[in-house]
Amino acid sequence: MASDLPASARPASVVFYNDPRVRSIAYQLALCAVVVFLVYGAASNAIENLARARIASGFGFWDQTAGFDISQTLIEYSSRGSTYGRAFWVGLLNTLLVAGIGIVLATILGFIIGISRLSSNWLLAKAAGCYVELVRNLPLLLQLLFWYNAVLKALPDIRDSLSIGGRVFLNNRGLFLPTPIFKHGFGGAEIALLIGIIGAIAYRIWARKQQERTGRQAPVLWVTLALVLGLPLAIFILSGAPLSFEFPQAGRFNITGGTEVLPEFVALLFGLTIYTAAFIAEVVRAGILAVSRGQSEAAFSLGLRPGPTLRLIVVPQAMRVIIPPLTSQYLNLTKNSSLAVAIGYPDLVQVFTGTVLNQTGQAVEVVAITMLVYLVISLATSLLMNVYNSRMALKER
Amino acid sequence: MTMSEGDLAVAELAFVRHTTIAPRPPPATMTGALGWVRANLLSSSFNIVLTILIVGLLAWAIPEIVKFLFIDAVWTGNDRDACLASVQHREIGACWPFVWERLPYFIYGSYPISERWRVDVFFVMLAVGIVWLLWLNAPRRDLGAIYFFLILPVTSFILLTGWSAIGLRPVDTVLWGGVLVTIVVAAVGIVCSLPLGILLALGRRSRMPTVRLLSVIFIEFVRGVPLVTVLFMASVMLPLFIPEQWSPDKLVRALVGIALFASAYMAEVVRAGLQAIPKGQYEGAMAVGLRYAQMMRLVVLPQALKVTIPNIVNTYIGLFKDTTLVFIVGIFDLLRTIEVARIDPKWATPVTSTTGYAVAAIFYLVFCYGMSRYARAMETRLRRGDRR
Repeated sequence: MASDLPASARPASVVFYNDPRVRSIAYQLALCAVVVFLVYGAASNAIENLARARIASGFGFWDQTAGFDISQTLIEYSSRGSTYGRAFWVGLLNTLLVAGIGIVLATILGFIIGISRLSSNWLLAKAAGCYVELVRNLPLLLQLLFWYNAVLKALPDIRDSLSIGGRVFLNNRGLFLPTPIFKHGFGGAEIALLIGIIGAIAYRIWARKQQERTGRQAPVLWVTLALVLGLPLAIFILSGAPLSFEFPQAGRFNITGGTEVLPEFVALLFGLTIYTAAFIAEVVRAGILAVSRGQSEAAFSLGLRPGPTLRLIVVPQAMRVIIPPLTSQYLNLTKNSSLAVAIGYPDLVQVFTGTVLNQTGQAVEVVAITMLVYLVISLATSLLMNVYNSRMALKER
Repeated sequence: MTMSEGDLAVAELAFVRHTTIAPRPPPATMTGALGWVRANLLSSSFNIVLTILIVGLLAWAIPEIVKFLFIDAVWTGNDRDACLASVQHREIGACWPFVWERLPYFIYGSYPISERWRVDVFFVMLAVGIVWLLWLNAPRRDLGAIYFFLILPVTSFILLTGWSAIGLRPVDTVLWGGVLVTIVVAAVGIVCSLPLGILLALGRRSRMPTVRLLSVIFIEFVRGVPLVTVLFMASVMLPLFIPEQWSPDKLVRALVGIALFASAYMAEVVRAGLQAIPKGQYEGAMAVGLRYAQMMRLVVLPQALKVTIPNIVNTYIGLFKDTTLVFIVGIFDLLRTIEVARIDPKWATPVTSTTGYAVAAIFYLVFCYGMSRYARAMETRLRRGDRR
């Protein structure tokens, strides 16, 4: 019976304001009140200030004609006929373009340098170490300005362009490349490429099964190359090479034709790649060092040479450690691409938070949309990487 | 005495050497400089190729840099003619007279010349504070912390912005520039981000759902967007949210942006440290009857901050580099003053830009590399306690 319990077993009576639960609720209510007060104050001030400055609010500007030019457009865009909304998409695509290419290049360079830092070759290890220390300790903005103003803008002007065989031109207005023109009948090669890729994947699956069953290794690399490269090439040649190039033509003041790569794009890509590669190198180095020495010693004792040891034993295990910080480096690169605004590459921030904001004056909407885009990119990337990470993670019983 | 079989066998031998032969030296190709080169540079054909490639690269790059910075450099002159290859008829490297002439601008910006001693005093006070805090054997480091986090901010604010009551002429922040602004932005970020970051980290690990939710939203939001957009927000949206008469000036807006951005990153660093503290420490603190604030202040945070010091310093390095981004919202930090100076027609030559960027590079390299060396030394020092 309850009354038989000794007095000490009953909950001690506490004054209500000393009860942790009551206190916790009180603290949270107070915090909510402060937040609500701040948000309310900010909103009412904003409405008042906007009304005084006669700035429209809402997203009506989205469908208004933009009326400014953008130097690099991946989709159709014209200053007369396109809207601010269209300008937003142009900027976003430019951001994604430079971030996507930058991520691929920075990963390759970063892995090379990270592995080099652990090389048994003293000179190589030291050179890679110097690269990392130098690049990591200089602000990215400084590096971008250096590449843009001191390197690319210092290239010769159009009349004295550097050129490779009169087909590719490099000058202070950018890099001019031949444009491929696909003629009728090129579709055959494209279909062949598709078939080749599917075939290569199927062959890989078969080869793996066979190796698990019999222990025999199939020449996967050569068959893959033959299927993915050889097959489309053969079809391409058989169908009479239906591809030609439009070469840039050098004039006195201008270069016509071809594909123009903006110097701003090149500078941004260079800067982002070199900067992020230094961080990726550190991530890779830490990942490889995290694999215990016994793993590579066991591989050596089985008779594997250093190359296959790295490829088959160390890197797959290191990937588990590498992937999470690698993801955050990818996100950093994407976010850092917003520094484009400093050198005038038309990315999302330059086009939207720069020009559109200046023209419409609708700071709240424009900055909010821009931030939302980066947030979505960040969340989507980390989601994708988490899926990959969970597949790569150690399968423990 | 009987002899064993082995002794008999020895006795039958004509000669037995009684002393051990001294070990022979290893082959000359395995030791010394030659052996080192063989082992570390030329161990395989692939390594030989790599070594040759890198030696070639260095042999090309290092003389070029030395030539640019020293041999071909121009050391004296009054205007661009001194640094123009077409006027001087020789190869031109760095244009140092440009830097000498613009050095005051790079350091003080447009701060009134008669008041620049105030900036110098600020630099000296800051240096004293930094040395006091970073030098671990310095006397009375507790006073140092009070000096750095309380006395220094107040006095330098009065010193730099001015206070007519004590005869210091007010100086508008629009006139600030160069190294002064870079240091002020970095210092404000460093001083604000640690306390704010600790609060956010504690909030994120709090048991109160509202506190946790608000902390998570703030941290993830700020970490998910680029600093540029945070600065844009601070410079164009902040004035809207605040009554017109209190509207902060441009520099303060950027400082708010930097401080909020840095504190979100600091929060994650501190949170990692908090997670590294075993649960028993919390439970032990509660068992001896400490309140939440006491538990954190006396037991948990000292241990958590100790293990995160290297990461905190790394965050500071990132923050120091990120101060250059205030450039984009129109504040004259060191990089912006160099950008302005390098396009000045008086000094416009093909080498001016590179010279200016070299100055900025040396400045940032010295500071960031110094900080990273300090972090590494700290790491070894802290690890000494864990070694058995």
